Amino acid sequence: MARTPGLRQIGEGLFELAPGLRPGMHVPVRVFGSAALVEAMDDQVFVQAANVAALPGIVSASLCMPDAHWGYGFPIGGVAAFDVESGVISPGGIGFDINCGMRLVRTELTWPEVRPRLAELMDVLAREVPAGAGREGFVRISQREFRAVLREGAAWAVRSGYGTPEDLAFTEAGGCFAAADPGCVSERAIERGQHQLGTLGSGNHYLELQVLRPEGVFDVERARAFGLDRAEQVVVMFHCGSRGFGHQVATDYLQRFLRAMPAKFGLPVIDRELACAPIGSTEGREYHAAMCCAANMSFANRQVILHRVREAFTSVFGADTSARIRTVYDVAHNTAKFERHRVGGVERTLLVHRKGATRAFPPGHPELPEAYRATGQPVVIGGSMETGSYLLAGVESGAASFFSTAHGSGRTLSRRAARKRSSGRELLRQMQDRGLEVRAASLSGLAEEAGFAYKDVDAVAEASERAGLSRRVAHLLPVGTVKG
Amino acid sequence: MGRGAGRFEFVEGATSDISFVAWGDTLEALFCAAAEALLSASLANPADVAPRACERVRLREPDLELLLFSFLNELVFLRDARGLLLHAGPLRIEHEGEAQLEGELRGEPVDRARHRLEADVKAVTAHRLSVRRDGPGWRASVTLDV
Repeated sequence: MARTPGLRQIGEGLFELAPGLRPGMHVPVRVFGSAALVEAMDDQVFVQAANVAALPGIVSASLCMPDAHWGYGFPIGGVAAFDVESGVISPGGIGFDINCGMRLVRTELTWPEVRPRLAELMDVLAREVPAGAGREGFVRISQREFRAVLREGAAWAVRSGYGTPEDLAFTEAGGCFAAADPGCVSERAIERGQHQLGTLGSGNHYLELQVLRPEGVFDVERARAFGLDRAEQVVVMFHCGSRGFGHQVATDYLQRFLRAMPAKFGLPVIDRELACAPIGSTEGREYHAAMCCAANMSFANRQVILHRVREAFTSVFGADTSARIRTVYDVAHNTAKFERHRVGGVERTLLVHRKGATRAFPPGHPELPEAYRATGQPVVIGGSMETGSYLLAGVESGAASFFSTAHGSGRTLSRRAARKRSSGRELLRQMQDRGLEVRAASLSGLAEEAGFAYKDVDAVAEASERAGLSRRVAHLLPVGTVKG
Repeated sequence: MGRGAGRFEFVEGATSDISFVAWGDTLEALFCAAAEALLSASLANPADVAPRACERVRLREPDLELLLFSFLNELVFLRDARGLLLHAGPLRIEHEGEAQLEGELRGEPVDRARHRLEADVKAVTAHRLSVRRDGPGWRASVTLDV
């Protein structure tokens, strides 16, 4: 429980730890969330956020989203923006799973149409989209072609026949971070990721079939604009990232930064996971270019998975289904991006790190596709596989968080504690009893992801709205899960 | 030093991750025990990994903690990129000035019929990573990102 001295409420859903309360803080820590959520956060969240506040060139505040929990280096659910001249880039501020993110896909099918064939559909989805440890994907490409994936991202997948231009329009940054340079990536990273396109991975990664219940719609107008326009509509949501490729990029640069920090940059190492390099240094620029490659691999991965989802629906419901399965939005929650933001009335370019936090641009933002210019950016927040997930939208008041919001429900129990509390077999039985079709690669992995191991996603979504970070559009209820 | 002279225990750590503490009478035993912990985090039946294949490893880092970090990440890479499940040993470690490790990793490719895979370990983190003296032996704390 949080009893951090000096943490005080300064507004609706906003708490602050002033600079000076911990050594070296350049800016305050600001935590968005309800009193109950903030009270339940581990003290380490505030310690880690205070350490981030001590990094060179940080602007405005070290921020925590309502789902923040203890990570390594930065808290998960942490946002920090850095001045491009005096600031740093940190792998720990992005996470090992670079561009871990969410894609929400809508169908024109309804629950009454899908329900009789749910088990069959889940079997096909589990076969088409490999999940679990050490699985390889169906895409077999040379290392040269894999480098094209790293440069082009989801656009590579679309030009290779795995999707449509519309999918790209409804993907953050069009599914490509343009600063990617495969020359900054190790051979090891390429070897690790080359055959992993089209795979979910393990841990908390999943693919879910979900239903939009009439009572789950919070904002009818925005839901309709996002293509959620019918009662009992069936959607598909998946959560995954850049797989071993991104993990290796992060590891390579963490090692390189740790060697360079004291010797070359004269930067103290407060916590090794806060290893960083000046944005303009050779190390900083090369990490950014490599990180963009991993972001692109992840966008391509989710695009290829969507192709397989379309194939799965086609095989169960017929060929005309595929064209009517359309991307609502694909959004990252582990990245660092150069963005323009107003700070103290002046517009500046900042490097915004989001680790377990989702970009949430407001209505009218020039980077949004035309179809969403009036609504604000769709935000996809994954809950636990038992409680459901949320679709939200960016709002103007999100400027206070560099237009960032929560990314999920956030863990409250460790994996180890979750496994002690319930066996995977027992959980599987309970979920099946409730009519949920589960296809799990590992029973112990299933136990680690039990609903009781996570914060209440309803509370996180509500707190995000009350704190002015994003607004709720729809709650989506799972009916089938493929679990890594 | 064989791998029998060390031991490990999984402990509570950051909520998203897996943390363990390893002990060894010697640095070599400590590193072998840490490798066993890593294998146990990703495999339900590590004892069933037979020493059919051998990989040689040689590493050099500024200190022992970064050496352990690199060593375990080497195992993560071999597992994820080449599908190799590996025990460590024998190893030889020196830490006069720089820290250096040389030795062998023995195991076999993943066989889904015999090996019960758990989570993919994404990476070994530097979070609260420590290697220190513990009485006459050595102790290490490690957090894995899964």
